[in-house]
Formats: sequence, structure tokens, C-alpha cells
Amino acid sequence: MSTATAEHHDHDDHGPAKGWTRWLYTTNHKDIGTLYLLFALVMFFIGGGMALIIRAELFQPGLQLVDPLFFNSMTTMHALVMIFGVVMPAFVGLANWMIPMMIGGPDMALPRLNNWSFWIMPFAFLLLLSTLFMEGGGPAGGWTLYAPLSLQGGDSFAFVIFSIHFMGISSVMGSINIVATIFNMRAPGMTLMKMPLFVWTWLITAYLLIAVIPVLAGAVTMLLTDRYFGTSFFSAAGGGDPVMYQHIFWFFGHPEVYILILPAFGIISSIIPTFARKPLFGYASMVYATASIAFLSFIVWAHHMFTVGMPLAGEMFFMFATMMISVPTGVKVFNWIATMWRGSMTFETPMLFAVGFLVMFTIGGLSGLMLAITPADIQYHDTYFVVAHFHYVLVPGAIYSIMAATYYWMPKWTGNMYDEKWGKIHFWVSTIFLNVLFFPMHFVGLAGMPRRIPDYSLQFADWNAVATIGAFGFGFSQLIFVYVVLKCMRGGEKATTEVWEGAEGLEWTVPSPAPYHTFEKPPVIN
Amino acid sequence: MRSPINLAVSWVAAMSAVVVSQTAGAAVSDINMPVGVTPLSQEVYGLHMLIFWICCVIGAAVFAVMFYSMFKHRKSKGAVAADFHESTTVEIIWTAVPLIILVAMAIPAAKTLIAMEDTSNAEVTVKVTGYQWKWHYEYLDSGINFFSTLDAEHNRARQVGSGVDLTQFDHYLKEVDNPLVVPVGKKIRFLHTSADVIHSWWVPDLAVKKDAIPGFINENWALIEKPGIYRGKCTELCGRDHGFMPVVVKAVPEEEYLAWVAENAPAPVLAATDSTATATAATAAVEEDADREWAQDELMAKGETVYNQVCAACHQANGQGLPGAFPAIAGSAIATGPQDAHIDVIYSGVQGSAMASFAGQLSDVDMAAVITYQRNAFGNTVGDTVQPSQIKALR
Amino acid sequence: MSAESSYYIPHEAKWPIVGSIALFLFFLGFGSVLNGGNWIIMAVGGALLVYMMFRWFADVINESENGIYSKQVDVSFRMAMMWFIFSEVMFFGAFFGALFYARIFSGPWLSGLGEGGAAATNAVLWQGFDYVWPTNGPGELGGNFLKMGWFPLPIINTLILLTSGVTCTIAHHAIKDGDRKKMVRWLLATVALGFLFVVLQAVEYKEAYAHLNLKLSTGIYGSTFFLLTGFHGFHVTMGAVILLVVMLRGTRSHFSSTNHFAFEAAAWYWHFVDVVWLGLFIFVYIL
Ligand code: HEA
Ligand code: HEA
Ligand code: HEC
Ligand code: CUA
Ligand SMILES: [Cu+2]
Repeated sequence: MSTATAEHHDHDDHGPAKGWTRWLYTTNHKDIGTLYLLFALVMFFIGGGMALIIRAELFQPGLQLVDPLFFNSMTTMHALVMIFGVVMPAFVGLANWMIPMMIGGPDMALPRLNNWSFWIMPFAFLLLLSTLFMEGGGPAGGWTLYAPLSLQGGDSFAFVIFSIHFMGISSVMGSINIVATIFNMRAPGMTLMKMPLFVWTWLITAYLLIAVIPVLAGAVTMLLTDRYFGTSFFSAAGGGDPVMYQHIFWFFGHPEVYILILPAFGIISSIIPTFARKPLFGYASMVYATASIAFLSFIVWAHHMFTVGMPLAGEMFFMFATMMISVPTGVKVFNWIATMWRGSMTFETPMLFAVGFLVMFTIGGLSGLMLAITPADIQYHDTYFVVAHFHYVLVPGAIYSIMAATYYWMPKWTGNMYDEKWGKIHFWVSTIFLNVLFFPMHFVGLAGMPRRIPDYSLQFADWNAVATIGAFGFGFSQLIFVYVVLKCMRGGEKATTEVWEGAEGLEWTVPSPAPYHTFEKPPVIN
Repeated sequence: MRSPINLAVSWVAAMSAVVVSQTAGAAVSDINMPVGVTPLSQEVYGLHMLIFWICCVIGAAVFAVMFYSMFKHRKSKGAVAADFHESTTVEIIWTAVPLIILVAMAIPAAKTLIAMEDTSNAEVTVKVTGYQWKWHYEYLDSGINFFSTLDAEHNRARQVGSGVDLTQFDHYLKEVDNPLVVPVGKKIRFLHTSADVIHSWWVPDLAVKKDAIPGFINENWALIEKPGIYRGKCTELCGRDHGFMPVVVKAVPEEEYLAWVAENAPAPVLAATDSTATATAATAAVEEDADREWAQDELMAKGETVYNQVCAACHQANGQGLPGAFPAIAGSAIATGPQDAHIDVIYSGVQGSAMASFAGQLSDVDMAAVITYQRNAFGNTVGDTVQPSQIKALR
Repeated sequence: MSAESSYYIPHEAKWPIVGSIALFLFFLGFGSVLNGGNWIIMAVGGALLVYMMFRWFADVINESENGIYSKQVDVSFRMAMMWFIFSEVMFFGAFFGALFYARIFSGPWLSGLGEGGAAATNAVLWQGFDYVWPTNGPGELGGNFLKMGWFPLPIINTLILLTSGVTCTIAHHAIKDGDRKKMVRWLLATVALGFLFVVLQAVEYKEAYAHLNLKLSTGIYGSTFFLLTGFHGFHVTMGAVILLVVMLRGTRSHFSSTNHFAFEAAAWYWHFVDVVWLGLFIFVYIL
């Protein structure tokens, strides 16, 4: 590594630039990865803060704290922030850090574009969050922005739409970059079927993003013109249909939820073999399963719309197609378990989070399967049962995978080991509170509590109080995470090159911390 | 606070309790889907429990293997890693077995679904229209029609910081002024639509949930087997007071239903209805009054009632509105400007906003009253009156 | 850094942050315009965006001219352009989807055809509404209108765009043969045809508003017609501007017979715009 550098560089060119403008102008994939991850962390507390407002209002029946309109805008913003501001940027941050290292490339394929993709995000969210302070408040029609309700929004409406366009630009550019990187920057000998699964899952995710984000852009553009330019896409009087918005939205929206989980699958597929000290079981079938999930995700969107009055044949088709997704997902779960089987397992923090993921994601997946059963979904739809389902796949799914990844790779990023004791405490406290928070939502949902309501009947009071306690416990236990991350960034026991005993992959062949430019000369692949 | 293990245990226990009690008779559960009172709702409940138990079994099997492995194959127990990492046979098995399970689930699901969509041969047809934030029921056979809104007491109690003791209510947020009355033992067809945004009409006990899409009609049906009062809610986010538009269905024996119809069926000529009551004889009397000259204080008194029942949801009881979302009436240029423009806003609504046309919802007298009220309340001091005859002339 | 042995990574990128600020101002400004504000912020944002692109591309062109890029960098650019165009296809897909949905589903439903509540929809809500495309819906939004025929302007426009595709390809062959003059000449023709298309499109819009009473607010027909053709027209304009820049660069001998990625990217884009038009011509004008 150092010899390669010496050939081409004087010393100055080698390290990061000095001063704060380094972060503004950087084209280095590691810097940009760090920026993405820190941004996501900040947004997690903002979105989580909103969730806590929701939970605080729901602590007891009756309205104690907020106006119903503000409550709705908290629900809407919470989801937008968590999805577009936390999970997606965090995954892109991980992709930035890890993909070049994993495939033996020098950097991302398009470094300047990479910088732009990141720096759009803070501005996009500035625009979005500023709507909360406008007359009439932020968007309050749910994150799905269903017409015609969303068209009733106040002045903030146009800004919300534009902030979505803005984020979309970032996502599409980021994904294009990832596709180009994976196809064009691999070290010689790194064939596609040798790539780590994290790279594979991101490749497929990037395609999903390129394919569906523009559709979302189109959908919200139609909202915009319906509101401001007199078109009638979503008005029956003009020959349009409010339900048409839902079709277009969910054509984006359903692949979107897999965008939020496929990279997580990749992370888990990296972590479990390491701590089982055994190669991943069924690598090829993992790749095919991921691809099948991605393919199926394009033909199941209307399972979010079983109550809108679709023709029977449509309901049947979408029910069966949705159920099918359980098969490739099951293959993944079984492969992970087969990887653990007869391994030699240890349970450091990353593995704890991975196991937590495995258990709770499966719970969320099984409740998803229940939702797919159309006649039953008639009863589940728009109740807290759905809220329970998607938080089980999103929080102990997507969020846990991000935390697992952070613990797993942080020693490589910083050169220091994190504090194992506090990492484990973080896991256990989070996991306990998380279930206290989300498990009761199944009950109140089945018993008939609709979602997106600020107040509810007395029969739901007990479980809501429990959930709120869980929410505050879970929320505040994330401060432990912040503490561990900051501590690790500042110092600690030095990490070795390999960091984990059973780890395999190119990222574990470079020193910890990974040098600013990892592979100037392509590494040799077995 | 209970630990998740306790929660899980109590859940399983309660689930089983429901199963048991189902055989013993009706069960109301706080943690599971109601069995309901229609053949379909019972079928849906059965399907739900079937899928639920299948999922439990799958979950239990998967977790059992996993935890077994985690206890046995750990390094601290001296486990040495094997290095197998492929087997086409097992891959095929664990692709095929889930597939078979899914087919087994899909068959009963498809059956129930087909039954659900069959609205033929209904004996009573009710058109249900969602409004922000109330329901309008129209019996297409008898012409009875009325609005159904959250009960006034509940409405007072649910205001931010009202301080009302909620335990005094038996069905907090699930009580309305005028419930939907239907006969038992008859197939009832519902036509769902909306006047503004999308709503969704849901009664868990009937397993009926259908979106009310503005400009389109969706169909649905129920055959209620047991008299009783069944409560539900709007389940599609429809704006500020989405949480406060309950559904109450009163299922009565057929004779009682017929008597109710006879009592409430409108006189053949009568078109508009009073906003607050079913079409009773009293309404007819009010309608006749539309032609006479009303005094200002009469209009103001009536207007205040109407305002608080209908308009205050958006414009607030104090007339201050919610800046940005709902304009203030106090000091509003329209409410203090020329009458025609003011009447037009209420009569025709404002296109593309939450301000709907109230022409179909309010009688001439109500509309005149509420407009007069707005012009002379909240510090507005226009001093004039709007007469019911002015509204009547518009129709 | 030697060009051949390693991948070029610029060490500082000043333009992206400028671009982010520019987009922010643009969107902020556009939002305020829609809420009745003035155009100033939006104009500043737009101007800054154009300036940023100018400078950013200038940097890239300089680097390319100085031979810093390797073959591998070139491949990255190609992939980026390809997938960018794919994302644009999906964007148009949303609007085509809306068109098909309205024509195949909502129209018939409103007129009572189809299972479920369709019959009741027509009988109770829109009595007497008969669906024929083009429609402005049962509410007859925007009043009586006439359909935009495919003759004469649209067919002329089709021929113009198809021809421009040919001229563009001729220019491409010219540059591959190293004939710079010829390339510039044929590119000029392409650009001219492109702008002619846009002008004719504007004439067509004027015609629609003035004589056919066909407007954005003419129900679903007006909505889909203007949004599809409008976004397409916007893309044609962009494409023509890009080709114009490529042409100007051609006159400065920026391209060689082997190294002319900018030309190719512009050409791909142009063909994409072309193909979208064919879709439009069939589904919006003819069928
Ligand atoms: C990470 C995000 C994520 C993921 C991965 C999933 C995964 C799945 N989801 Fe979920 N879903 C959401 C996020 C996600 N969902 C969100 C955000 C919403 C709500 C949006 C909104 O309205 O705001 C939602 C809503 C939603 C609905 C609509 C509910 C409603 O509104 O009425 C449905 C209905 O079908 C559904 C189904 C499924 C299914 C079948 C899966 C499957 O992929 C799950 C597959 C996994 C398993 C089944 C478990 C593991 C498998 C095995 C152990 C094998 C053995 C299994 C069998 C034999 C069955 N989801
Ligand atoms: C990845 C996505 C994601 C994540 C991580 C979460 C996380 C959480 N969500 Fe999420 N949620 C959604 C996606 C997500 N949610 C979506 C898509 C919806 C649907 C929206 C819609 O209906 O339109 C939704 C809706 C939703 C509802 C339903 C609202 C309604 O229907 O009205 C509720 C209610 O409890 C809820 C709660 C929570 C809680 C308690 C968390 C917790 O995990 C959060 C953890 C909390 C913290 C991390 C906070 C930390 C804060 C502090 C320690 C205090 C310090 C504070 C500051 C410094 C500001 N969410
Ligand atoms: C569902 C919410 C809602 C209800 C209920 C409602 N309004 Fe409104 N109203 C609005 C909105 C939103 C506007 C602003 C419309 C616009 O100009 O965009 C408005 C505007 C008005 C205005 C014009 C005020 C101004 O200064 O612009 C008047 C007057 C008015 N409403 C009267 C009434 C009356 C009388 C009732 C009851 C019979 C009523 N409203 C019920 C939402 C509502
Ligand atoms: Cu009506 Cu929600
Ligand atoms: Cu989905």
C-alpha cells in the first residue's frame, strides 16, 4: 500500500485536506460515508423525538398535549424523516465506506457526484423541516401523501413536494454512483459471484432506487399540478381517480420498503459468518433470493390497497404475489440459521444485534404474511396491527442492522475498539424496551384501534401506556449508542487489522483505521 | 411495567382464552380480533386464527432450531466450526415446503375473499357518504337520510386539556348522535362514497371496511345475525378530526326496524334535512318556516348551535380558526364583507380546499342562521341578517 | 498522478455544494412563487444552478482535455449516463401509467362498466355520463373542448424528431471518421430541428388554448396531454441545449474520433427523447 502511494504522490496529496472545508469539498468515499452516517444519526434523534411526541400524546386517552392537526403532522414527518433521513442515508453511508473496500476499488466511481448526493440531503431536510414552522404547519396527510387529503395542506404543501424531489435527486445520483462503482471499480479477479453479499444487496437496491424514485417524483408532481395548475389526475369529476395516486405511490412505496431492508440482509450476511466462524451457507441462493425479492417487489404494490375497492381478480393476484415473497425471504432466514448451525459462535455486540434482527425481523415478516391475506387484511388494514408489523421490520430490522454494522465496522473506521460492555448493555436495554414498545401494538390493532389517531377509546388505554413507556425507554437507551460511538471515535483499545477472529473479506486486510485511500493499487484476489 | 416475556405469555394465554370462549359464546377481547356477528366476520376470524397459528408454528420451529444452535454451537462450549456451506437438497426443501404451506393458506383465503365481494341479492341498501368529519346515511329504499356525528358530550371531553373525566363514558369516542339502524337477518348492501377526502367505514364486528372514495362508489355487504349495537371508526386518515368520526350501527329485529322506518320516512315532498336530527315532523315545520322573515336574535341563537356543531371543528369555537389551515371567522374579510360572497362560500364551498359546500348538509334556515351568526359574533359587527328565503332562492 | 495506472479522483469538489445551495434556493423560490410570492429567489437559484453546471462541466472538460482520465473513468461516465436515462424513462413511466389507468380503468368505471361499485358509481353519482376518450370527466371540467388531432403538427413534429435522430447519427459517424466539419454541420441541423420541434410544440399549445379550448384544466385529458407533452418538450429543449454545447465544443476541436463521450451521451439522450415521443405520438395523439 505505502509503496504504491509513494510512486504516485507527494505526501500532501495523500491525506485529507486541512480545515473544515475538507468536509464541504471532500470527494473521499470514507469522508462522505462518515458524513452520511452522522447525518443519519442526527436525523434519528429528530425523527425519534417526533415519535416520542406521538407516544406522549397517546400515553393516556384524551387529548393532553397537542392539537390533532399537529399530531398528524408529527406522524407524517416522523415517517418521512425516519425513512428518507435515517435509514436510506445510513445505508448509503455504509455503502460509501464499505463497497470500495470490499471490492478492492480506489474509491467510488464518481467522487464529485458523490459529494453532491450527500450535500443535497441537509438542504432537502432543511426545506422539509422548515415547513413545520410555516402557517398551517407541516404536511399532515400521512407519509403516503394520499390525494385529495394532502391537497388540502397549507402553504407548506409545495415545499414538501419539492423536498421530496430534492431527496429523490440525491438518491438517484447516489444509486447511479453505486451501480457504476460495483460494475466498474472491482479489483481484477473480483468476479460478481465473489462479491460480498453486502455489495450484492446494495447493487440490487440501487436498481430498485433508480427504478422507483422517479416514479415517486412523478406521483408528487401530479399532486403539485393538481393543487396549483388545475389538472385533475386525482379528481373523479375530471375523469381522474384518487385511487390512481395510490397505485402510483405504492408502485414506488412497496419496492421502497425492500430498499429499506435489502442492504440490511447484506449486513447480516456479513456478520453472522464472522461470529459463527463458518462461511455463509448458500451464497448463490442468497443472491438469487435477493434478486427474486426485488423482482417480486414490483408486482405486489396493491396489497396496501385491499380496501380501496379493486376488482376481485386484482385482489387475488396481489394476495398471491405478496405471499410469494415469503419464500425467498424464508430462504434467507434458513440460510442464516444454517450458517450458525454447527459453527463456533461468540456473541459480541454486532452478533447480538444480528441475532436480534433475525428473531424480530422474522416476527415482523410473519405478521406481514398475515397482512397479505386479503380477507383478513380487511380487518387489519389501517390499524395498529399494521403499525406493529412495519415497526418490527423497520426498527429491529433496518435500524438494528445499521447498529450491527456500526459496531462491526467501527473498529475498522476509527482504529479503536468500541466499549464492548456498553455495547452489550445498549443491545439488551434496547431490545427489551423495543418489545415493550411495539409488541402491544399487535393487541390494540387487532382489538380495533385505528392508526393515525391522537386519541382513542378507553379499552386501549393500558396497552398504549405500556407502549409509551417502552418508547421512552427505547428512545433514551439510544443515548448509550451515541456515547459508545463518540467514545470509540475519540480513542480506546487499538484494533487489529483483522479485528474479528473469524472475519473474511478485503476490508479486513487493510490496517485499522483504514488508510484514507484504501486500494490505490488493486489488491490480489485469491 | 411488564417484561416482554410476561407480555408474550399473557398474549398466548389470552389468545387461547379467546379460542375457548368462542365456543362458549360471544367474546369481547382487548387483544384480539372480534369474532363478530356476521357469517363473514366469523369466517374472517377463523381465517385470521388459522394463519396466526400457522405463523406461530413456523416461528416456533425456526426459533427452536436457532436457539438450539446458539446454545450448543457456541465457542465457549468448545464447539468447533464445521465448514459445510452448501447443499442444493436442503435449499430445494426449504423453498418447496414454505410454498406448500402458502398454498394451504391461499385456498381458504381465496374462498372467503370471493364471498366477501358478492353483493348480490341484498334486501336493504344504505348509501354511506363520508364527510369531514361525519357520516351521512341514506336509505335508498325508504328515502330516510341523516348525518351521524360524534356525540356532543364526547366531543367536549376530547378537546385538548378539557379535564373531563373520561371514565364516565361507556364508549368513549364511539358514540354518535344518530346511529345507523338496520335489521338483523337481512342482507344489507352498503354503497360507500365521500364528499371530500377519502374516508373508510369500518365496523369490526361486521368485518366491513371499505374506503369511501370521492367520486366513486364502493360496494360491500353484511348480514347481521344478532341484534345489538356495533361500533367502529373511520380508518382512513381524513384530516384533523379523523380520530373523531365514529360509526355506530344499531341492529334491531325486523319488526322494530320496519317501525323505525315508518316513523322516520320523510314526507314525499321533503328534500333537505336538518343537520342535527333525523327527518322528523319537527324538521318539516322548520322547512315551512323558510319563507318567513326571521328576527336577528332568533337567527343568532340557531346559528350558534349550528356553528358549534358543524363549523367549529375547523374554524374553532372561538372563531379564530387555525392559522394556515382553517381561516379565522373573526375579522374575516369574507364574513364581514358583502353578503353574496359570504353566502357563496358556505353554499358552494371553496374548490380544492377543506371548505365543502354545505348546500346539501344544512337546511335553508340553518344556513341563513349560521351565516348571520358569523357576521355578528367573535367581534364581527356587520349587524345585518341573512334570511332563509335568500338561501331558498339559490336552490 | 499518472493517468493510465490509477483511477482519477479529484481531491476537492467545490461545485457540488454550490449546486446544493442553488437547488435549495430554486425549490424554496418555486415554492414561494406557488404560494403567491415573487420570482427573485427562484431566479437566483436557477441562475446559480446554471452557473454551477457551467463551471463543473468546464472542470471536467479541462481534465478530460488534459488526458487525466483513463478508459475506466470513461466507462463510469457511460454507466452513469445510461442509468440516468433509465431513471428518466421511469419518470415518464409514471405519467404514461396515469394515462393508461385513466383510460383503461377510471373512465369505464365512471360510466358504469366493471364489477364492484362501478354500476352504482354511474347510477348514483354521475348519471348519464358516457365515457369516450378523450374526456374531461363527468364534471366536464374546463368545458367543451376538441381533441388534439395527430394531423398536421404532431405528424410533422414526429418527422422532425425522427429526422433529427438520423442527422444526429450522421454526425456521430462523421466524428468517428474524424471529420469534424461534417460533424458540426450535421449537429447544427440536429439542433435546429430540435428547436424547430419546440417552436411547433408551442404553436400547438397556442392552438389548443385559443381554438380547441384544450387546457391544463380540461379534465384528465388536458392533464395527461399537457404534462406528457410538456415534460417531453422540456426534455427536448434540454437535449437541444446539450447538443448545442456539444456542437460548440466540436468547433473547438474538443473531440477526437475515439474520445467523444460527451457527444455520445448527448446522442443517447436525444434518442431517448425521440423514443418517448414515439410513445406519445401513439398513445396521446393517435389512439
Ligand atoms: C423493511 C420494511 C418492510 C418489509 C421487509 C416488509 C415485509 C413484508 N410486508 Fe410490509 N410494510 C412495511 C414495511 C415492510 N414490510 C411498511 C412500512 C408498511 C406500511 C406502510 C404504510 O401504510 O404506511 C407495510 C405494510 C404491509 C402491508 C399492508 C398492510 C395494510 O396497510 O393493510 C402488507 C400486506 O400485505 C405487508 C406485507 C408484507 C409481507 C408479506 C412482507 C414479506 O416480505 C415478509 C417476508 C418474511 C417472512 C414471511 C418471515 C421469514 C420467513 C420464514 C421464516 C419462512 C417461512 C415462512 C412461510 C412458509 C410463510 N406489509
Ligand atoms: C425506519 C423507519 C421508522 C423508525 C425507525 C420508527 C421508529 C419509531 N416509531 Fe415509527 N413510523 C414509521 C417509520 C419508523 N418509525 C412509519 C413509516 C410510520 C407511518 C407513518 C404514517 O402513518 O404516515 C410510523 C408511525 C409511527 C406511529 C403511528 C403513528 C400514527 O399512526 O399516528 C407510532 C406510534 O407509536 C410510531 C412510533 C415510533 C417509535 C416510538 C419509534 C422509536 O423506534 C423511535 C426511537 C426514539 C428515538 C431514537 C428518540 C431518541 C430521542 C431522545 C433520547 C430524546 C432526545 C430528543 C432530542 C435530542 C430531539 N411510529
Ligand atoms: C372541514 C373543515 C371546514 C368546515 C367543517 C368548515 N369550514 Fe369554512 N373553511 C374551511 C377552509 C379550509 C377554508 C378556507 C378556504 C380557502 O379559501 O381556501 C374555509 C373558509 C371559510 C370562510 C371564508 C373565510 C375567509 O376569510 O376566507 C367562511 C366564511 C367559512 N369557511 C364558513 C364556514 C361555515 C359557516 C361553516 C359551517 C357551516 C364552515 N365554514 C365549516 C374549512 C372548513
Ligand atoms: Cu374520516 Cu378518517
Ligand atoms: Cu408493501
